[in-house]
Amino acid sequence: MSKMLISLRDWVDARFPLTETWNYHLAKYYAPKNFNFWYFFGSLALLVLVIQIVTGIFLTMNYKPDADLAFASVEYIMRDVNWGWLIRYLHSTGASAFFVVVYLHMFRGLMYGSYKKPRELLWIIGMIIYVVLMAEAFMGYLLPWGQMSYWGAQVIISLFGAIPYVGDALALWIRGDFVVSDATLNRFFAFHVIALPLVLVALVFVHIVALHAVGSNNPDGIEIKKNKGPDGVPLDGIPFHPYYTVKDIVGVVVFLMVFCAIVFFYPEMGGWFLEKDNFTPADPLKTPEHIVPLWYFTAFYAILRAVPDKFLGVVAMGGAIALLFVLPWLDRSPVKSIRYRGVLFKSALAVFTISFIGLAYLGTQPATPALTNLARVFAVLYFAFFLLMPIYSKLDKTKPVPERVTK
Amino acid sequence: MKKYFIALLIAVLPAAGFAAGAGPTLDKANINLGDTESLQRGARLFVNYCLSCHSASFMRYNRIGRDLGLSDDVLKSNLMFTTDKVGDVMETAMPAQDAKNWFGVTPPDLSVIARARGVDWLYTYLRGFYVDESRPFGVNNTVFPDVGMPHVLGELQGWQKPVYAEGKGDGATKVIERMELVKPGTMTPAEYDSAVRDLVNFLAYMGEPAKLERQRIGIWVMVFLAVFFVVAYLLKKEYWKDVH
Repeated sequence: MSKMLISLRDWVDARFPLTETWNYHLAKYYAPKNFNFWYFFGSLALLVLVIQIVTGIFLTMNYKPDADLAFASVEYIMRDVNWGWLIRYLHSTGASAFFVVVYLHMFRGLMYGSYKKPRELLWIIGMIIYVVLMAEAFMGYLLPWGQMSYWGAQVIISLFGAIPYVGDALALWIRGDFVVSDATLNRFFAFHVIALPLVLVALVFVHIVALHAVGSNNPDGIEIKKNKGPDGVPLDGIPFHPYYTVKDIVGVVVFLMVFCAIVFFYPEMGGWFLEKDNFTPADPLKTPEHIVPLWYFTAFYAILRAVPDKFLGVVAMGGAIALLFVLPWLDRSPVKSIRYRGVLFKSALAVFTISFIGLAYLGTQPATPALTNLARVFAVLYFAFFLLMPIYSKLDKTKPVPERVTK
Repeated sequence: MKKYFIALLIAVLPAAGFAAGAGPTLDKANINLGDTESLQRGARLFVNYCLSCHSASFMRYNRIGRDLGLSDDVLKSNLMFTTDKVGDVMETAMPAQDAKNWFGVTPPDLSVIARARGVDWLYTYLRGFYVDESRPFGVNNTVFPDVGMPHVLGELQGWQKPVYAEGKGDGATKVIERMELVKPGTMTPAEYDSAVRDLVNFLAYMGEPAKLERQRIGIWVMVFLAVFFVVAYLLKKEYWKDVH
């Protein structure tokens, strides 16, 4: 039996680089041995992507992208389709879970300087994934055709209308109608189930190829490839498989415990994952009194509202995301990891983290004058983190970085 | 590292109060989806009082029968007035256009109303009708001002008038302190509260019929994951003992 399998493998290897690929990406991909808690979120993001694709396929079998039928078809899935409620909750919870793990994954990058040379391109590919993911989530959120789906889309698309000269024509072109309508629903469906998932999967593939070419960073921010043994294997590296595959399985199980607790016991997450207003069918004639995007967009939404001028608000919102792209060139520090940075960077990162969470919270609240002023403070701090980075990261007193990774 | 975690926590805490939202104070519905008899009583109230104007067009009669332990015959003789096919959804007998002419608005479908409004809101709303001669149907509501719906359950609850708080409000809007029953209905206030609780319980069930099943399966999923965790953790430990 095993002889047969070996000859089958050899047969394939003569025609396709099977063993070579396996070794390059898993069995002989040497990852630093000092990965900590923060290094689970990359593989978890991959897991959530798979959950979203698989549940998405089953939802697509039963969902109707039609303004007259969409809302009812979702309820049909929830009631009449066998296990439909489970598939739908996995997908709706998965959307939020995706952003949770991606935000933590990005935060890890900020802490350990994973965007710095030689991983600039890896970071930029990751940022493109993040932007595509936002588009994917935004378009998917229209599909249940509830009040918040409808009016959320109406508000976000109208932002394009703020662009001078071409704005109105652009918004019209995106919607395919003068308001969000059946035409919009159909095209968003096409983007959500075909176009953007294809792009996402391709980008994730490229992200991993780039990662495996430069090698993983680690909590010490040391290049393990600088210290190789006589056999050419990094002294601080261990094969990804089996070491990190078995470790990531533990991470996956812990993640699934939290994820399933939400899916089975708390799928609305108190209105954070499934909003109350979205259980009312879309009504183009009745604006909800309080339109809020889902939590993963609210930080940028708060920045948008903090700027008095609509167009400048859109620019600020876009700028808040664009700055993340150029992060590798804003950071002038000689060290990568927060472990060896000085008080300036540590404080800046703490202020940034609080500002981002503060903005995300304020984006969910009504824009009262007091809260808007608070959002302005947080927005200024958010931008200061990036714009002042070339200065404070250079002035910062760094600690000496050890030669080899620490425990 | 720990400092950052604490900073994060402190920053996140204020968010915990969200989702409750502003608005009038609501009474607790205290429903129990596991109470099948309450659901059955609620279903009877629903078909007798709500279904004449409202539909529940995502809900099938035989699903109710299956979940609430009612046979097809019991369903047909007690709950079904507009159709005799148990696989049908709960449609209203009232044409939507007539309803719009009569009430100014088409009465909303009630299939997922409990998820849109929340059970406490429904419980307070159904007990919050009061006499207001300025309104077309002579009633107004404490949580839904100027509502188009008449007080359908008036024969059960009776008719109540508000007693306004002295010296509160700004003159234009008065603050209701409590309600005073001016014409009793067929039920005592306690009986009526209990009946509304049954009805809201049924509406909550209808909002998500799979909820009890979901929680039951969820427990087994968590047990499975707990066992899986032990296995996965031991496997990881075994592999990693030669790394450090």
